[in-house]
Amino acid sequence: MAVTTAEATTPRKARRIAEPRGDRAFNIINYTVLAVFTLSVLYPLIYVISSSFSSAAAINSGAVKFLPVGFNVDAYQTILESPRLVTGFMNSAIYAVAGGLLGTALTVLAGYPLSRDDLPFRRVLTFFFLIPTLLSAGIIPTYIVVRQLGLLDTRWAIILPGCMSVFNMIITRTFYKITVPSEMLEAAKVDGASDFRFFFRIALPLSKPIIAVNLLFYGIAQWNGWFSAFIYLTNADLYPLQLVLREILAQSAVNPAQIGGPDVGELLRRKELFDKLKYALIVIAMVPPLIAYPFVQKHFVKGALIGSLK
Amino acid sequence: MAIEQLDAKIPATPNGPSPRGLRTGYRHTLGRRMARGWQLYVLLLPPTIYAILFLYWPLYGLQIAFKNFSVARGITGSAWAGFKYVEQFLTSYQFWPILKNTLILNFYELIALFPLPIILALLLNTVRSNLYRRGVQLITYAPHFISTVVVVGILIMLFSPSGGIVNQAIQFFGGQPTDFFSESLFRHTYVWSGAWQTLGYSAIIYLAALSGIDPQLHEAAKVDGASLVKRIWHIDLPGILPVTITLLILNMGSMLSVGFEKVLLMQNPLNLSVSEVIDTYSYRVAFVSALPQYSYATAIGLFKSVIALSMLLLANWLARRVAKESLF
Repeated sequence: MAVTTAEATTPRKARRIAEPRGDRAFNIINYTVLAVFTLSVLYPLIYVISSSFSSAAAINSGAVKFLPVGFNVDAYQTILESPRLVTGFMNSAIYAVAGGLLGTALTVLAGYPLSRDDLPFRRVLTFFFLIPTLLSAGIIPTYIVVRQLGLLDTRWAIILPGCMSVFNMIITRTFYKITVPSEMLEAAKVDGASDFRFFFRIALPLSKPIIAVNLLFYGIAQWNGWFSAFIYLTNADLYPLQLVLREILAQSAVNPAQIGGPDVGELLRRKELFDKLKYALIVIAMVPPLIAYPFVQKHFVKGALIGSLK
Repeated sequence: MAIEQLDAKIPATPNGPSPRGLRTGYRHTLGRRMARGWQLYVLLLPPTIYAILFLYWPLYGLQIAFKNFSVARGITGSAWAGFKYVEQFLTSYQFWPILKNTLILNFYELIALFPLPIILALLLNTVRSNLYRRGVQLITYAPHFISTVVVVGILIMLFSPSGGIVNQAIQFFGGQPTDFFSESLFRHTYVWSGAWQTLGYSAIIYLAALSGIDPQLHEAAKVDGASLVKRIWHIDLPGILPVTITLLILNMGSMLSVGFEKVLLMQNPLNLSVSEVIDTYSYRVAFVSALPQYSYATAIGLFKSVIALSMLLLANWLARRVAKESLF
């Protein structure tokens, strides 16, 4: 690589160091590679969203490339009229809110005391929470516990197991160590504040960012989850949207018995509609987390960094 | 453990143990300090109850791998069966194919996907424009927050042999419609869709490590006329080596648990010969077979955990020997 030497600086005017010639080429290639990768991540998402708004005929003929062709919202109307899908959506919302609140509450309740240096047995307690992350029991023993607690086929089976992540607890604990200075605690103690009072009145209001991160983290995890519902639930009225979506995707073809009428033309039309419905369902299942995550993106980054030190 | 290092950076509060040890008189006795902190223990109570119920009770339940578990008798009441089920798994005719599938899928994923986030982070790190970098990050993180069901759904729809856009493109260029979930292509589809999902998000950690590199090093290298490529090679790469090794060790530990949910969702009767891995087999034994064999399924899971833990320790030992870096 040819390296141009920096020109001697004259006493009157300081000059910038000349960039090596190869750098320009590197930068151009670099920006191009990043752009291509970003677009290849984005394209499938755009294609799915566009298809869900296109006419069935346009999807099947391959006319949809990037933007919707023959714009309409039939698929979304069909979903709104289907009680099974609406119930699924509502259930997912319930699980996301409940899981978010419960998970965050437990995480903060564990994270704050463990961040206090003056708590006897703090390290023992921290390890008590850490051990299960190294040795996890796996699906079947957890299933048996849920069964013995009598939670099978209830909403609690979805909300309770795995509602707290030890990883998040460690991040939250570190957050408290950094943001709640011990001088503050000292001052509050002098004024006669109890630990309860200090926690609820001072520590909690200071930890809004970490509470927001936890809420979103647990909420998104619940919204995206399907496997626990898959093994714990038999009652279809409690199914979250992801599980309904999975069942619909698994039916690769429309069952003629569901439609009635052996008319081939009708069957084809139905199949086309069915594909479109799948696109729309994917969009509905995918969009809420995508809207939510940019709000806590920078905290996720910090969390990942702190977590990486674990 | 790096937690201690992190703790060390945070100044201790004055009411920690005094440097002269705990026995500095009545005010600092352990019982007294515990009594004073009772409210903190009350706060800890709900998470502790949760941990006992859903983290430790299942661990206690692991013993059913060595028992003939019956639902009626419960975990403690079932009769011991010794190593019957572990043996049953090791001698089963499906053992070798399943282990082979698990390892191939894992190593393929590791070799293909481990270097890519590092490259992405190094490239992103040299981008000067903040707006451009933020835009790339925002978009490439996105797939991480999409559920497995949706990702597999998108795969099914876009790669469908009958009318999926990918096959339309293949046919447009004169190829044959291809089934990407078939026996011969399943592994590639699985791994490269994983790249789409995780690349951006996995790069975060490396970017964080890169931001910790002293900018003066780069300044000095610039003055000496080092090109960008040289600076990446001699400054950035050595700077993120510790993080890289740590993540590599952790990856070794999760060797045998390939993305269970994704494999399960991508399985179909035609690709079982390559897609059946330890986790899905264990699931099938417990929940799909006519008679649920909980003990057998638990034994399979336990076998996996033990192997995984030993692999983690092995990787850690190797890293300490070779690169002088280790997790613990």
